[in-house]
Amino acid sequence: MRVEVTINRERYASDVEPRLLLVHLIRDVLRLTGTHIGCDTTHCGACTVLLDGRPVKSCTVFAVQAHGRELMTVEGLEQDGNLHPVQEGFMQEHGLQCGYCTPGMLMTSYAFLRKAKDPTEDEIRLAISGNLCRCTGYVNIVKAIQHAAARLRQGGT
Amino acid sequence: MIPAAFEYHVPTSIAEATALLTRLGDDAKVVSGGQSLIPLMKLRLATPRHLVDINRIPGLAYIRQADGVLQIGALARESDLEDSDLIGTRYPILADTSRVIADPLVRNLATVCGNLAHADPANDHPATMLALGAEVVAAGPNGERRIPVRSLFTGPFTTTLAPDEIIVEIRVPAPPARSGGAYLKLERKVGDFATAAVAAQLTLGPDGACQRAGIGLTNVGATPIEAGRAERFLAGKRPDDAVIRQAAELAAEESQPTSDLRGPAEYKRDLVRVLAARAIRRALERAGGGR
Ligand SMILES: Cc1cc2nc3c(=O)[nH]c(=O)nc-3n(C[C@H](O)[C@H](O)[C@H](O)COP(=O)(O)OP(=O)(O)OC[C@H]3O[C@@H](n4cnc5c(N)ncnc54)[C@H](O)[C@@H]3O)c2cc1C
Ligand code: FES
Ligand code: FES
Repeated sequence: MRVEVTINRERYASDVEPRLLLVHLIRDVLRLTGTHIGCDTTHCGACTVLLDGRPVKSCTVFAVQAHGRELMTVEGLEQDGNLHPVQEGFMQEHGLQCGYCTPGMLMTSYAFLRKAKDPTEDEIRLAISGNLCRCTGYVNIVKAIQHAAARLRQGGT
Repeated sequence: MIPAAFEYHVPTSIAEATALLTRLGDDAKVVSGGQSLIPLMKLRLATPRHLVDINRIPGLAYIRQADGVLQIGALARESDLEDSDLIGTRYPILADTSRVIADPLVRNLATVCGNLAHADPANDHPATMLALGAEVVAAGPNGERRIPVRSLFTGPFTTTLAPDEIIVEIRVPAPPARSGGAYLKLERKVGDFATAAVAAQLTLGPDGACQRAGIGLTNVGATPIEAGRAERFLAGKRPDDAVIRQAAELAAEESQPTSDLRGPAEYKRDLVRVLAARAIRRALERAGGGR
């Protein structure tokens, strides 16, 4: 079946089997390999992308369901060579170790910070509760998101 | 994990969707949020030959109150409930429930109607809908019928819905003044299904006695359980400490837990007792205007 999607403001079209999962369209067909597959069972959130602005687990959506819709992946965060404040936060606060969960963490944080301008630590922890990290213990991830929130309040984009 | 091959159908109206389901028969499955069905398909525990995706049917994503009834459309997501002011202010028991289902990413897709249709005894919304006395509107090839949630579940993953019926709406009678409800769940970790959970919805009369009580139990039986004896015991009584304790005891007796990875049956039954008392107390606070 024909699938046409907009990813990070670019249009892509491909012919796929209905059973192709969205994460495989993104990684294997369109070669945007920033999005990761961790558990493949809807638990870890490594595969998180934005579907019409909402973070979802792309291992649990069929590619055909995204037809005509707008997607954003981790590749879409950087603009003109400038890191997005959430990326900068993860770098400054060292919000990662192996980095495997990081693309999903970034996408969830990005969507969360569009709604929550001055979140508490508890709110941040709840927001990322669908994204598992096996390395960091989350402390620096929380700091990274707080850093990004502060930057965004000062007028970052 | 790659699901078995299937044919994909994208109807744009309810009539088209039910006609497809009638034509395709047992080989077809509805997909709404996909957050229960797609994992099952990836594990090949489900291998439908046809998927009927209802996500392109316009006008089903509503949460609204009209004519004294809260109406939740088939494409209202769990996260829409969390974001809704109407739910937050008038139906805190529903806000409680959405908030503890899976995780925020799953909730962005999972639908409330799908949560009932899936009929997993571990799902959280059925107990709450039992406590609220809700009904579902099922659309089929011959039009619509209403099914009280009380008579929807027949066993694990089975309902009284026909294979070509779609839940298009959940209807909750708006609670009168001096009503309150709460949903309390114990889970082993964030995003897990309940070890046990209890929904309580109460309405107080002018004399402070309980006019109506609804109590639903999650994951302590083959289906969600309505704790009818506890409900009848509460009705007409002033809910003081002794009455609450007795009602919680009855709810625990009505639970039918089995031992599994989440714990032994006796532990779960005791958990129902503790959670029921807490849920009733929180419901009473809210009925009195508290949060
Ligand atoms: C990691 C994880 C954790 C979870 N934890 C919880 C939890 O703690 N508590 C909880 O309650 N749920 C939990 N869920 C389940 C989740 O909430 C489901 O998405 C939900 O129960 C089903 O809704 P859905 O819209 O995704 O349904 P789908 O997956 O689309 O469908 C599920 C079933 O219902 C049928 N169906 C769907 N919609 C309709 C309809 N409108 N009419 C008729 N039939 C329909 C489908 O044919 C299918 O058989 C979890 C899921 C995951 C992946
Ligand atoms: S790979 Fe999708 S949730 Fe883990
Ligand atoms: S940094 Fe390794 S999993 Fe999170």
